[in-house]
Amino acid sequence: MTTTAIGGEQVGADAQAAHSTWAPTRRRHREAGRGPAWTIGALAIMAYALFPVAWIASLSLKGEGDIADGKLIPTKPTLDNYRTLFDSGEFVRPLINSIGISLITTVLAVVIASFAAYAIARLDFPGKSLLLTGALAIAMFPPVSIIGPLFNIWRSTGLYDTWPGLILPFLTFALPLAIWTLAAFFREIPFDLEQAAQVDGATPFQAFRKVILPLALPGVFTSAIIVFIFCWNDFLFSISLTSTDEARTVPAATAFFTASSNFINPTGQIAAAAIIVTVPIIIMVLVFQRRIVAGLTAGAVKG
Amino acid sequence: MAAITMRGVTKRYPDGTEAVKAVDLDIADGEFVILVGPSGCGKSTLLRMIVGLEDISDGEMRIGDELVNDRAPKDRDLAMVFQNYALYPHLSVRENIAFPLRIAKVPDAEITKRVEEAAKVLELTENLDRKPANLSGGQRQRVAMGRAIVRDPKAFLFDEPLSNLDAKLRVQMRTEIARIQRKYGTTTVYVTHDQTEAMTLGDRVAVLRKGVVQQVDSPRNLYNDPANLFVAGFIGSPSMNLLPGVLRGSTLELPFGSVELPAARVPQGGGAERQVIAGIRPEHFEDASIVGDDDRGHGSTFRSRVEVIEWMGSELYAYLPYSVGGGSVGAKLDELAADLDLEQTSGDDSQIVARFDAASRVSEGGDAEVWVDVRRVHLFDPDTGETLTPRETAGSRDHAPGAVQD
Ligand SMILES: Nc1ncnc2c1ncn2[C@@H]1O[C@H](COP(=O)(O)OP(=O)(O)O)[C@@H](O)[C@H]1O
Ligand SMILES: [Mg+2]
Repeated sequence: MTTTAIGGEQVGADAQAAHSTWAPTRRRHREAGRGPAWTIGALAIMAYALFPVAWIASLSLKGEGDIADGKLIPTKPTLDNYRTLFDSGEFVRPLINSIGISLITTVLAVVIASFAAYAIARLDFPGKSLLLTGALAIAMFPPVSIIGPLFNIWRSTGLYDTWPGLILPFLTFALPLAIWTLAAFFREIPFDLEQAAQVDGATPFQAFRKVILPLALPGVFTSAIIVFIFCWNDFLFSISLTSTDEARTVPAATAFFTASSNFINPTGQIAAAAIIVTVPIIIMVLVFQRRIVAGLTAGAVKG
Repeated sequence: MAAITMRGVTKRYPDGTEAVKAVDLDIADGEFVILVGPSGCGKSTLLRMIVGLEDISDGEMRIGDELVNDRAPKDRDLAMVFQNYALYPHLSVRENIAFPLRIAKVPDAEITKRVEEAAKVLELTENLDRKPANLSGGQRQRVAMGRAIVRDPKAFLFDEPLSNLDAKLRVQMRTEIARIQRKYGTTTVYVTHDQTEAMTLGDRVAVLRKGVVQQVDSPRNLYNDPANLFVAGFIGSPSMNLLPGVLRGSTLELPFGSVELPAARVPQGGGAERQVIAGIRPEHFEDASIVGDDDRGHGSTFRSRVEVIEWMGSELYAYLPYSVGGGSVGAKLDELAADLDLEQTSGDDSQIVARFDAASRVSEGGDAEVWVDVRRVHLFDPDTGETLTPRETAGSRDHAPGAVQD
């Protein structure tokens, strides 16, 4: 944490030469050196991790009659559960809440964290390490311990059961995450580039927007995805700080699903809901896989 | 285009380092001035103060008639080429060169025209759509220069632009830079630690040592009339031989014998016996057997063993050992050698580097009759390091702006 705002001149000529072709870090993945043991190990881990997912997927495709038959492959696959889910009105609104709240939090967190991380990477201001340690401490803080007080404060301030009521606590925990990730990226961008931009006539903000930000894009992506997943997966805040479909997100809403009759568990619908909220995450991770890996390793190297 | 004027410019870093000390320098409009000195002497700091990337702790910096001390880099209208080029890796060559124009909101058609013009001058036309990562070192250097010339700034500033290139390319780009500067006639300040670069490129050269300007002069005058020991040792390659000596009237006693100095070389108000440091460049020695009768008259000869010979084809370098007590003069020379990053050891055993004509038949390990041109012997005060030799070239040695050449 000792990166200070000095010119590249202190760096030796060799190091500068190395910087001259600077480009966002990309790591090559080696395929070599993987024996059968590796393959067996990988399969075992995948089976362990994916079996519950497969089971949920299977449940979501079973009818009410065979839901408890204990078979992995449904005998009479049906989409009834999905249909009921969207028809019941218990699911659509929470889905909108989930998407909206997660997106808004992500955008806010990334924008605010970009500025904060940039300042942390570039400037030497008093209290910098305090700020960073503070951010880390918040990220590590067990959320459950603030739920009680928050519940009371939210009730008296009118934030209870509103979108901002969830966005705020989400931001609190997402910002440190985003700041740490982004600061690692900004630190890798040579200061010279920004000075060159300033000499070329750019204001500090233009230099940031036209040079630094595009170069930090993998970092921005990585932190956006991390923040989005954090919000999307939250159960604790949503179940504690909402009471209706006004702001309740999918993970909490599934807990309140009612079945067609009081004596049946809505297992099928819950499974279908679980599948629906998992799919966007899987797609996102697959699409941005490269960037996330590049991002996480770059952060790890510098961290 | 504009002149750049510095008055008492000083840089104190927050940690107390005084990197640049009260620099007075006048750079005329259109002039090509080199800042040269060993690594860490404050060249980059001074350049970055001109461009506005470092605050000026003290003194005045003017560009044209305007005081720019408190002006942001973007408002100084200068172009800088960084040592590592600082190309924008995410932009194509075209967009790299266009960057300053885009910031200045120049219309697209005009940008295209000017970028293509610059690309033509720099022979980059074929590479306009490539990314910097896919260019060779020389091409990257050209892109960095393209970014500078495309907007017709008040001055070009270069910070060791060639130090990341290999030797051959360096010579080639050196010529290129000289050509481009001449073509545009833009005021140029060029930083280098390489005295060859300094001597070949500049109209005038400012030699810096530990943040203090030692001498500002044309390359020729720096070579002929170094103002002090530091400049004498720094300019010229191989560097000047510096020998302890004793001066009595016009007789100079050197480790290898006494020589009689011509009147023009005797310090003013000489007379009394005094300790001096004598400086003789390698090229002012010669193998006595091939010196013509005309030249013999204004030189002295002495015998010396030849320890090592380096034959270069067009010339050869002979290493002549000599022995002398260290003393205070020796200490002074050691300090200077450390400053110049030289391997020169004074102390008890030392050697003179002499350049002989390739026709010389001296042999390694043998003895040789060596001639020294007494008209080119420099004398320095061993305490202050200042020159004692009357100036050869007419004109003053102060920091007056030199005439613009061409
Ligand atoms: N940001 C800084 N803080 C403190 N000292 C510095 C800083 N930058 C440079 N220096 C010091 O100032 C002196 C001159 O540096 P510099 O101008 O980079 O030298 P040069 O370019 O001639 O090699 C050096 O001794 C260097 O260590
Ligand atoms: Mg430098």
